[in-house]
Amino acid sequence: MRWIWIDAFVEFVSGERASAVKNVTLAEEHLRDHFPGYPVMPASLIIEGMAQTAGILVGEARGFAENVILAKIRTAEFDDYAVPGDQLRYDAVIESLDERAAATSGTVLKNGKPIGRVDLIFSHVNQADRPADMPDHNFVFTGQFMNLLTAFRSQGGSGGDQPDGR
Amino acid sequence: MAPSRDELFTQIRDVLGDALGVDEEEVVPEATLQGDLGAESIDFLDIVFRLEKAFSIKIPKGELFPDDILNNPEYVQDDRMTPAGLDKLKATVPHADFSEFEKSPYLSKMPDLFTVNTIVNYVESKLAAA
Repeated sequence: MRWIWIDAFVEFVSGERASAVKNVTLAEEHLRDHFPGYPVMPASLIIEGMAQTAGILVGEARGFAENVILAKIRTAEFDDYAVPGDQLRYDAVIESLDERAAATSGTVLKNGKPIGRVDLIFSHVNQADRPADMPDHNFVFTGQFMNLLTAFRSQGGSGGDQPDGR
Repeated sequence: MAPSRDELFTQIRDVLGDALGVDEEEVVPEATLQGDLGAESIDFLDIVFRLEKAFSIKIPKGELFPDDILNNPEYVQDDRMTPAGLDKLKATVPHADFSEFEKSPYLSKMPDLFTVNTIVNYVESKLAAA
């Protein structure tokens, strides 16, 4: 399974906000067990979808110079379930951003209706201060994430820069 | 007009309550952020971001919570602050109360410098300078 929980960007304003969509499908393996006979998108994966949306937004804002690591879930509140056939939309906004970290706020919508809020903090790990056991390259922004921005731009969107050849 | 000390405390209590997920009655002036309120390292950044928003201030790296001093062997030896280190720390975080720490400046005691009051002092000085 590829660890990617957003299907496409639908909006991307560099350094400000981004929106991505995720179509929930019955083909997703985990929905067989979560729950048997009653498939529901796990809330943890909704948080991950927001983290991927917001993380790419944060990474792009600083030219993908650092690895952007999800460090804290400030808020995660959900009022409704998402089931196969639903489309989730993650609206992420940068609240704070500096060389150390970033804070984002986010709204989760199901078929256009708000159903949750996910606010996150990301830590920036650059090459100079990376822990010894961390890879020496940008391991967060690899092909699968960057392809999302490429696809968005190829459809006429603008605002996202690519990292330097990774 | 600058907010009163009580008004500042109330706002900072709300910020810390949100950042650390603690009840407001736990956020008393002498409570230590780590020991009493359970703050972890990323929470300090969260607190910095929330304070910046709440008070429309900019908190430069290392100003509220020092981060470079501890890695300097001139300032820290055998898990203890050297006199030069203590002077440097006092100059860097003048908003903290050093009266207990300087009697026995072991690194393990350093988190106790960062209390709710330390934050209130810092924001107060920051707003006064603005």
